[in-house]
Amino acid sequence: MKPAPFRYVAAWTLDQALQLKAQYGDEAHFLAGGQSLVPTMNFRLTQPAVLIDINRLSEYAGVKNCPPEGLRIGALTRYRNLERDPATARDLPLVHEALPHIAHPQIRNRGTIGGNLAHADPASEMPAIVLALAGKLRAQSVRGERRIAAADFFVGALSTALEPDEMLVEVELPVAQPRSGACFLELARRRGDFAIIGVACTLRLDEQGRCAAARIALCNAGDTPVLAAQASDSLVGRRVGAAEIDGAAELVRRSIEPGGNVHASKEFQHHIAGVLTGRALATAVERAGAA
Amino acid sequence: MATRNFGAPVRRNEDARLLSGQALFIDDVELPGMLHAAFLRSNLAHAAIRSIDVSAARARDGILAVYTAADLGDYWAPGPLLVPPPPIAGLTFNQRTQVPLAKDKVRHVGEPLAVVLAQSRYLAEDALTDIAVELDPLPAVVDLEKALAETSARVHDDVPGNVAARVRQGRGNYAATRARADHIVGRRFRYDHGASSPIETRGVVANWDARADQLTVWDTTQAPVFLRNGLAAMLGLSERQVRVIAPFVGGGFGPKIMLFYPEEVVIPWAAKKLNRPVKWIEDRLEHFFATTQERGQIHDAEMALSRDGRILGVKDTFLHDTGAYDPYGLTVPINSQCTLLGPYVIANYESTFTAVFTNKPIVTPYRGAGRQHGVFVIERLLDLAAHELKLDRAEIRRRNFIPPDAFPYNNEIIYQDFAPLQYDSGNYAPILDKALDLIGYDRFLAEEQPRLRAQGRHVGVGVTCYVEGTGIGPYEGAKVQVQANGKVSVATGIGTQGQGHFTVFAQIVADQLGVEVRDIDVVTGDTDQFYWGAGTFASRGAVVAGNAVNEAAKAVRQKILKLAAEHFECAEEDLEIANGAVSVVGIPGQAVKLGALALKANPMRGAVRPGTEPGLESTQYFGPPSGATASGAHAMIVEVDPQTFALKVLKYAVVHDCGTVINPLILAGQIHGGVAQGIGNAFYEQLVFDDEGQLLNASLAEYLLPTALDVPHMQIAHTETVSPLNPLGIKGAGEAGAIPVGPLFAQAIEDALGLLDKKIELLEIPLSPNRLFELTAKLR
Amino acid sequence: MTTDTHDITVTVNGTQYRRAVEARTLLSDFLRHDLSLAGTHVGCEQGVCGACTVLFDGAAVRSCLMFAAQADGHAIMTVEGLAADRDHLHPLQESMRDCHGLQCGYCTPGILMTMKVFLEETPAPDEAQIREALSGNLCRCTGYQHIVEAVALAAERLRR
Repeated sequence: MKPAPFRYVAAWTLDQALQLKAQYGDEAHFLAGGQSLVPTMNFRLTQPAVLIDINRLSEYAGVKNCPPEGLRIGALTRYRNLERDPATARDLPLVHEALPHIAHPQIRNRGTIGGNLAHADPASEMPAIVLALAGKLRAQSVRGERRIAAADFFVGALSTALEPDEMLVEVELPVAQPRSGACFLELARRRGDFAIIGVACTLRLDEQGRCAAARIALCNAGDTPVLAAQASDSLVGRRVGAAEIDGAAELVRRSIEPGGNVHASKEFQHHIAGVLTGRALATAVERAGAA
Repeated sequence: MATRNFGAPVRRNEDARLLSGQALFIDDVELPGMLHAAFLRSNLAHAAIRSIDVSAARARDGILAVYTAADLGDYWAPGPLLVPPPPIAGLTFNQRTQVPLAKDKVRHVGEPLAVVLAQSRYLAEDALTDIAVELDPLPAVVDLEKALAETSARVHDDVPGNVAARVRQGRGNYAATRARADHIVGRRFRYDHGASSPIETRGVVANWDARADQLTVWDTTQAPVFLRNGLAAMLGLSERQVRVIAPFVGGGFGPKIMLFYPEEVVIPWAAKKLNRPVKWIEDRLEHFFATTQERGQIHDAEMALSRDGRILGVKDTFLHDTGAYDPYGLTVPINSQCTLLGPYVIANYESTFTAVFTNKPIVTPYRGAGRQHGVFVIERLLDLAAHELKLDRAEIRRRNFIPPDAFPYNNEIIYQDFAPLQYDSGNYAPILDKALDLIGYDRFLAEEQPRLRAQGRHVGVGVTCYVEGTGIGPYEGAKVQVQANGKVSVATGIGTQGQGHFTVFAQIVADQLGVEVRDIDVVTGDTDQFYWGAGTFASRGAVVAGNAVNEAAKAVRQKILKLAAEHFECAEEDLEIANGAVSVVGIPGQAVKLGALALKANPMRGAVRPGTEPGLESTQYFGPPSGATASGAHAMIVEVDPQTFALKVLKYAVVHDCGTVINPLILAGQIHGGVAQGIGNAFYEQLVFDDEGQLLNASLAEYLLPTALDVPHMQIAHTETVSPLNPLGIKGAGEAGAIPVGPLFAQAIEDALGLLDKKIELLEIPLSPNRLFELTAKLR
Repeated sequence: MTTDTHDITVTVNGTQYRRAVEARTLLSDFLRHDLSLAGTHVGCEQGVCGACTVLFDGAAVRSCLMFAAQADGHAIMTVEGLAADRDHLHPLQESMRDCHGLQCGYCTPGILMTMKVFLEETPAPDEAQIREALSGNLCRCTGYQHIVEAVALAAERLRR
């Protein structure tokens, strides 16, 4: 399985990368980690005419703490570096919990958060996490810069709101707040496989122990990562006990529209979404109480 | 003869090369001017070929040739029938074999239509997109039962109902038995096996040297000798002009013994025609279509029992999916038919199968070779009977074992080696007892399971038994030779795909000739080094080739002693061979090195006595009268999440009897590997075809091979009933690990979730969280 | 569709190579066929099986998911760089041999490179950690058990 012919250029500056992308538009792809892109090229499912290698744009790799917005993670930050960074466990517990489920260490050594998000596979974990955290994605082009809310970024299966001349340069995620808890759970056939269903939830309690905010997002539950808004809202303002958790899980189970695949029927995906939501919420509540 | 290597966990001779990346695998073969091939393959499962236009592909830069069936001319022919049907009365068999490149019709997705020869594989794949093929789709034959209908589309136009074969075998009188049985258990079972998926795919490199009039073919085959013979015949060459080399092969598992694959037939022809070396390496996507695989059977089976759980008889009618062609005859379903009988006394048996053509890739043996299908049926019937008769699962098995004094035990029906299925030796109860002991069966059921259940955990235990006919004929041969430098060379006709032949055969020779294992080099799979042999399959390498090696080593030992006795002018009984030299017992200092003797045995000048053979060398052959019967039991404790149906194996034990053990480390490796494939088969792997014969999960991301997190730690124990059928007493072990795992999972999961009491039965393999969810629907 | 060629300088196992490569040449093919370092094996070309794993600037990566052109200016280690020669094997290689951690040997180079780095980062792993670290490398022959034992033994030897 060899890729179709293309021209390759290594960009040394962001400007150079953006100029090239503006010139070629959809005929060019950015090559970051390549862990999502290159397999599709080897299968010839993707045949870019030009590959713009952006791996040398090291100023876009790394995590900056920018209160009050939160953490600004360069798009070229490799997953392994996020795994190794002690701040990830402390500030981004949801990301920290999901990382071991994202493919395998060799893939995470190259794979970047930006590449993973821009690829927008609905079964992928990180889009759901970014959605659960209400993250913001910063895109740049020769025309300028814009920030796109996670809810607006993922528009369809393998499709984002990025214009043909834009490059994702940064992801902004909020730091974990006091009295908040998060949990990521997935059911996959084997470790590292795409999730049959994945659930990412965060919860913040007020001083009385009632839920002040909740967000539940799922991967592989639709064409894009899915925010279970109704289920999330059902928890706000209440003490979250077993009944509330069951109620939210049931809302999630009924609301999603998964597509089914060779490993899981839609019915099974509905079922697992409910089961994992219940378990994830219970854990998140416990962690919020302990935080 | 002192035995110190045989039976020892000797480190492998071949490992230093493999570990340092210095072992030659097929894609490592590089020849000057070598061309690279890519095949255009059908994207439809069933279609008439209206036209193929390769002109644009031929015109591309870097493309040297593009061929279709028409270009092959008289060379084009359906492949030979590799395994004729066994001599069973009343058998129907319709031979339809694969062709080098499709002509008129394609019969499965992936069937080759054309081949491109280019300067690189990259360019060859580019040119594939230039080839214009017009295919007229035909209805795909996919479902086994629908395939049999008179009105069904026909995979082969002249084979109505897509019947590849119909075979009925039996013993005793099942109908009479049934009439007097206390209890009947009957069910429909579905068993699906999958793709062998070795980490190295297939490959062929062919080099025609017109000046030397010599064809050399490197091929990942498990049967180099027969490949050589067939290619010579096809290409109009003498066997002496063809050399087939199976280099280091990255896993075989069965499908690499399928012969005269289209690529194997086309590539050497192309090399000869173009007078350029040609290489074809199968990529992973191709492997799912281009390499044979196993698939499913549907069994309607019933067992008649007495009320104390004794089997009175079994009747089984099944359908077997043979794929688009049947070059390998009936080996797989015959194995199912025979292995169903297991270690049990089943005096009355009626088994009928229909092998069905479908528009899917060819089915030929993959580790287990149909045995697992039969074992699933008998083991499940016993479990269901045990439940209905309120007997313990282990106990019902024990009550039906063939007793140890009943061997050789004749099951009468014909096995894959065309001989009646006769078990040569065995003792089954101690195997079961040991397995139960290792897994802690009684204590688990009495204490641990109730305790864990009370904590809300769903844990269950399973135990399954099997026998496996191994070490079948026809024969293998080996040449052993002492070299002038004192080292020993061994050559045999079979190939090696990781089984450790380079070490195991050396161990046999080491003990006979008093030489260190590391001073013995073994060549396998090179037809210039050894002319005759059948190949590595059916768990027979160690048994058949191993015994041939032993016979050859013994003959060389005799020559050594004879020559040394002349040298020392003493009796042969006064000599001993050790540490690479022959010495006179009791007289230190009187020793001659083997190398020196070898030189003596091959004088450059002078006369020799009539009848003398030069050198210290012997070639011997071994052919067993029938197969040696290995047996075993597996036991497992699993935990199942009752909501997600995720599964975790908590404990796994194997007790195995393969007769005398040559190398326990290598044997353990074979068992571990077999169990891992069995686990894949039971819970992870399934080739998912849709109604149009399209394979929906043709990638390693979607066809799930178990990882290190999915395969548990295994405890292994051995028992030993020496085989009387060969001098070394050994039995085969290559496939055993893979055979009883399917029913083991079904049984243990039923136990963990208490399914039988809830009237839910697991009658199919593979299982998966999704499938368990579907099967337990009525509980929610 | 057009292609282009790139001059690259890449250090492999300590030796610097200068080559011209077509843009789409996969790193796995470059190592195996352009540099004749055939110890790195190809199993799937989609990044799943791990047989092609090499070290790229010290990190284990799938060479089938990189292009040779990307390697310009970088350092790679392949299985050929693990040991000076066949008689002086790395403790990981020795342990694999001692524990029968390889059968056909095809997946082995990828496992060696992965485990080399793993043991450098986790010098005293337990079985669960070893299996997790191994989970990105498929083996069809061994059932993994002897590989796990070999890695544990190598860890012990490296600590001495």
